[in-house]
Amino acid sequence: MIPAPFTYQRAGSVDEALALAAAGGDDAKFLAGGHSLLPLMKLRLAVPATLVDIGRLCELSFIRDDGDQIAVGALTSHHDVATSGLLATELPLLAHAAGVVGDPQIRHRGTIGGSLAHADPAADLPAVMLAADATLVTRSPGGSREIPAGEFFRGLFETALRPAELLTEIRFRKAAGTGWSFQKFTKRAIDWAIVGVAVQGGKVALVNMGQTPLRAIAVEWALAAGAAPAEAAVHAAEGTSPVADINADRPYREHLARVLVARGLAEAHAAG
Amino acid sequence: MTVNGGRLEAEVADRTLLVHFLREVAGLTATNVGCDTSSCGACTVLLDGQSVKSCTVLAAQADGHQITTLEGLASDGEMHPVQRAFHAEHGLQCGFCTPGMVMAAVSLLAEQPHPTEQQVRTGLEGNLCRCTGYHNIVRAVLTAAGHREGQAGR
Amino acid sequence: MSILGTRVLRTEDPRLLTHGGTYVDDVRAPELTGAAQVTFVRSPFAHALIKGVDTAAALAAPGVIAVLTSADINDIPPQQAPPEGGPPPVSEVAPPPRGGVWDEPLLAVDRVRFVGEPVAIVLTDEGYQGEDAAELVIVDYEPLPAVVGITESLAGVTLLFPHAGSNITVDRAAAAAAFDGCAVVVEREIMNQRVAPVPMEGRAAAASWADGKLTVWASTQNAQYGRDMLADACGLDPAAIRVIAPDVGGGFGAKVGVDRDAIAVARAARHTGRPVRWVETRSENLTAMTHGRAQRQTVKIGGNRDGRVLAYRLDVVQDAGAYPRMGEFLPKLTSLMSAGPYDIATVTAGYRVVVTNTTPVAAYRGAGRPEATAAIERAMDLFAAEIGMDPAEVRRQNLVPPDRFPYQSPSGARYDTGDYAGALDKVLAGAGYPELRAEQARRRQRGDVVQLGIGVSSYVEITAGDAADGETARVVVNDDGTVTIYTGSSAHGQGHHTAWAMIVENDLAIPMARVTVKHGDTDEVPAGSGTYASRSLQLGGVAVHRADLAVKEQARKLAAALMEASEADLELEQGSGRWQVRGDPSASRSWAEVARHAGAEGLSAFVNYRDGVPTFPFGSHLAVVEVDTETGKVTLVRHVTVDDAGTVLNPVLTEGQRHGGIAQGVAQALLEEMMYDADGNPLTATLADYAAITSAELPSFELLASETPATTNPLGAKGIGEAGTIGATPAMQNAVIDAVSHLGVRHIDMPTTPSRVWAAISNARNHQ
Repeated sequence: MIPAPFTYQRAGSVDEALALAAAGGDDAKFLAGGHSLLPLMKLRLAVPATLVDIGRLCELSFIRDDGDQIAVGALTSHHDVATSGLLATELPLLAHAAGVVGDPQIRHRGTIGGSLAHADPAADLPAVMLAADATLVTRSPGGSREIPAGEFFRGLFETALRPAELLTEIRFRKAAGTGWSFQKFTKRAIDWAIVGVAVQGGKVALVNMGQTPLRAIAVEWALAAGAAPAEAAVHAAEGTSPVADINADRPYREHLARVLVARGLAEAHAAG
Repeated sequence: MTVNGGRLEAEVADRTLLVHFLREVAGLTATNVGCDTSSCGACTVLLDGQSVKSCTVLAAQADGHQITTLEGLASDGEMHPVQRAFHAEHGLQCGFCTPGMVMAAVSLLAEQPHPTEQQVRTGLEGNLCRCTGYHNIVRAVLTAAGHREGQAGR
Repeated sequence: MSILGTRVLRTEDPRLLTHGGTYVDDVRAPELTGAAQVTFVRSPFAHALIKGVDTAAALAAPGVIAVLTSADINDIPPQQAPPEGGPPPVSEVAPPPRGGVWDEPLLAVDRVRFVGEPVAIVLTDEGYQGEDAAELVIVDYEPLPAVVGITESLAGVTLLFPHAGSNITVDRAAAAAAFDGCAVVVEREIMNQRVAPVPMEGRAAAASWADGKLTVWASTQNAQYGRDMLADACGLDPAAIRVIAPDVGGGFGAKVGVDRDAIAVARAARHTGRPVRWVETRSENLTAMTHGRAQRQTVKIGGNRDGRVLAYRLDVVQDAGAYPRMGEFLPKLTSLMSAGPYDIATVTAGYRVVVTNTTPVAAYRGAGRPEATAAIERAMDLFAAEIGMDPAEVRRQNLVPPDRFPYQSPSGARYDTGDYAGALDKVLAGAGYPELRAEQARRRQRGDVVQLGIGVSSYVEITAGDAADGETARVVVNDDGTVTIYTGSSAHGQGHHTAWAMIVENDLAIPMARVTVKHGDTDEVPAGSGTYASRSLQLGGVAVHRADLAVKEQARKLAAALMEASEADLELEQGSGRWQVRGDPSASRSWAEVARHAGAEGLSAFVNYRDGVPTFPFGSHLAVVEVDTETGKVTLVRHVTVDDAGTVLNPVLTEGQRHGGIAQGVAQALLEEMMYDADGNPLTATLADYAAITSAELPSFELLASETPATTNPLGAKGIGEAGTIGATPAMQNAVIDAVSHLGVRHIDMPTTPSRVWAAISNARNHQ
């Protein structure tokens, strides 16, 4: 119920945040909205010695029209992403997905950067990054990197982020007019997706079908080769490794993937 | 931080959760703890006018911000419209979820002044209640939104 | 016009809505100043021997005042051990079986039997320190094989209580039933799954031992019973104990009295001489507060193709969890109500109670009766499917007709009043049954992905089953004309303060605003039963009413003396609330004047109402669901109910109880289950995993009115608290199965989660 003791430090700038994290070493974690990290700490599944609070770095909370791209600051809350008029037009997949993360209270605090850095394969936004072919921009004491979404998610709760490296913004190509769909299948509305599907253009990404979000490559190839959505969806579970848990066994997850991909493709096709 | 309009300063352990700060340091015990996985919403307060689960916010994170709890909702002894609506619609029984539920409803209506029933139900999905079955809570929120005449429980 | 039966908003609300309730964790009584925080050390194993407990590291941790184990507080033998070898006690308010073969200690001694069983108590200056220190207590466990599930328990390879020689604590086999005359017989094993009560406030207790008196604040449904349990467990005279129930954040039957953890907290206060406070976490609540239901049921139903049911047999195996705290109470009630609202020639029921390495099972909203209804309502639908008849029609043919009351049910209960077919017809009409069936037919014909399911249930239930234990009320008219009621009932959300004040206003013409109700403090209300079993209005409310009448007669005598008139000429004028000589308003006295005339004795009456008898509310529910046949996802679209609990005192309160009951009933059918793995580890130990139902999964409910008065008490009241739950679960379950019955599905065990529904659809398709 209560985190183990830790040292709280507050960063006034990105540079300060990086310096504090570097000083803290492996036992330091960034604290943004805290809605991925604090729940783990309260159950003592995570016991960082130092938390570097970056919540004051307002310069990292933005949604910016950059011409042919949209840039979203890592510290932008799910609520702000979900209610952004700009995103509703230019990247509706992202706006919609952010609007179904958790519940309203969680969306007021949780941030897009925090969710992506946490890299829970059952989370919604990582798969959206794949479907939208996003680029994740980071800062570290050594400089800045641009990491394609496909290279960002490495494993279970594991990303390409190095120690003392901070995700600062995510860049997307504008997608106004492109067909999209987000299929989130849950038992209760507030639950993590048992299986989820994000579709944009010809890209299809899966939530909770493996240790990371996965592109449904076989489906994309089938589509590119001219298959109808229903035919392409048959390949949805290929290359996936879903877990069995209290909500679903593997065959049921694989079945859901096929059904949801079919529905996602149909919806995207109708919209686009 | 500012709590219910009054400035409050204290030194606390780094790991102090906002909900415990409010209950123990500020002495405001209306806000309750109902779970340990940020699931139940009993601890919901407003942070700069937005509903948050105070069990998942460090007191240190709330430093410099404005917090509103149930105790700060009424003004000059007059109940807030949401409080009045909960009473008029029998939207509470044991009362344990109620402070969090009321604050979540206030935030919901601030963002969606005229919600549909479905929007209210989805908007309160982060708040569990075991006594009421939610039926009258939903009616209370719709009443507070001005959608219907207050008429207890019908 | 009487206030009874009118819609009255709750007097409890303003305080709760503006200031918030005062639950145990909020109590700031001076006796608790400097209270130490209690943190339990609990077993992570489902079954293990305890080889040793090392508290050295914990004792050295910051803020630690004491670390207590069984050696410190298990030293008081129970004053009343159950007869050696005999069955455990058999009541909802029976003490836990301490002593004897099924002994449950306060802190585990040499063996733990469920994940979450308390092993040690850590007392710290502050709350946060407790969790840190508890992690430092080192318990040397030697794991044993865990017995999980009824099948494994019955196999008896591993015994939880070796001295018992068995895992079966009670065995009452059903009498043989004759099914030979039945053209159609259906038999099925069904599960009524284990669920968690999840009151929003978990268990909590604070205790102070000073000057030879133990004061305990407890989140309880009955302070008086809690006091008596503490007296036994602490070796104290009940007069030396004060129990206070402050605001209680929900109980649902799981907070009857005080449980072993709370007793351990009280013992810790006595042992250390320091006031203490304990508030459990939700994870503790989900694993160490009692669970509900957990019955494996075999139903056998037989009858003719014209729809007449001739025989029904129910065999139950009750999973009691690790300690059989309630003995045979739950399945005994299941057995008693097994026949439901039906007139069936032959009904037999039997049960066994077994222990498993899981959380102990006790009462949960309905306590044995939802299980009975769920079983026979499933059986009715199975029978209907077998003979190809509409399930509502099958019910109508078998419901006890209205002219047969009082009806002696073949399963042992005597139903007082009822109109079962009327309730069924009302709910079918209210739901628009023919239109629903037509819509279902259209969707089936089109082969829609989303199919419609309609589920019906008819039920009767027993409330105030222990009416003989009575309820108390003391009504005092104060010198200023206000009234104070001291009630043995113990509201935790039910609105008794409002209801009792309505009764006083009706009886004594004193406005509700001048009535104060006190409950839950054994110093103020030393005798009482508390609130459970849907008994409070028909027992506690009637006690208030009788006390009112006694006060009224005293007042009449006093007023007569005061006004020098004869008692026969005096009347209480309803409009003004004044005592006056009939026909002469100029000579009148107020209640205050009359009360003052009573002198030192005061104007009051105490009633211990023990003349009540159990009553039998009834009703019908209809659930409409949509099932996505490609994913198995179920959505409840409508839920229509008739819940007839006799004369309604305050429709606002009654509707609230129905809503809450329906939600919990639907939740069991749709979503909730306490699950364990094969090693006895709970898999649903947080609210992220245990699927407690939210507002987003439920529609608004459609409640239809029906009042068939009880004839055995002056309020005409039966109990409404649990009826909604009893009727809702089977209607919901039947609806889900009905949605996919055309695909060949005959049964789906609860909860009807998407994966279960999908599996049923898949299996049925594979068999076609």
